[in-house]
Amino acid sequence: MVEPEAGTSTGMRRVRPLSPHLQIYKPMLTMVMSIVHRITGAALYFGMLLLAWWLIAAASGPNAYANVEWFMGSLIGQLVLFGYTWALLHHMLGGIRHLIWDTIHGFEPVERELLTLATLVGSITLTLILWVVGYLVMGGPR
Amino acid sequence: MSPVQPMRTPMRRVRGLGAARSGTGQFWHQRITSVAGIPLTIGLLLIITALLGRSHAAVVQILGSPIVAITVLLFIVNTAYHMWIGMQEIILDYVHDDRWKLLSLMANTFFVFAVSLTSIYAILKLSFGV
Repeated sequence: MVEPEAGTSTGMRRVRPLSPHLQIYKPMLTMVMSIVHRITGAALYFGMLLLAWWLIAAASGPNAYANVEWFMGSLIGQLVLFGYTWALLHHMLGGIRHLIWDTIHGFEPVERELLTLATLVGSITLTLILWVVGYLVMGGPR
Repeated sequence: MSPVQPMRTPMRRVRGLGAARSGTGQFWHQRITSVAGIPLTIGLLLIITALLGRSHAAVVQILGSPIVAITVLLFIVNTAYHMWIGMQEIILDYVHDDRWKLLSLMANTFFVFAVSLTSIYAILKLSFGV
């Protein structure tokens, strides 16, 4: 068997130049929101565990449900739920922005910045509204 | 040679598959599930807000009623597929080692099935009261 020469076939990998990555660019709102869209998506992925826990507890009985209510009502639970609400709304609004961009609209410098800012402002506003409604109108968790 | 590179590659001619045949299948499915996800997410948020502070008995009754149960079921099924594609995309972007990639892709599938089937089972149990 012939020994493979470096960089020819099997074995050694040739070191190739890489295209520049995130760290060389100045962070811009569109870029940061793009990253945040992915991060919120990943967070929501694991957040589905909370929904599953809540549903299975409701199906299991009053005791199991009381445990979920206790956790959701605790300080950590409330923080997690608040973050979950914002992540969900932000991912939804970011998704709408991407759907608009999919139609090849909203790419002008001003438009794209406005759209991106709108998702951020919108998600924070909607989250606050939802929590105010949750606490004042519906009496909050528990 | 023109400065604009043609999008078609020789491989495309060999395989006879245009980008729209199957190559963008998941891209398209991600769009379908994201469009469906908008009303379903709003529905889920309204349901959860309406259930805040209610007793277990009331929550069971409301979650088991047809419209609410169907909305939650649709949300779960739609989200399960959407998040499966999404996490797969993240894995393919960041996990380059073949073994880890294969394992994470499997874990993604297992996780999505486990979480969604658990939720679906709970909703069906609440609906039919078995």
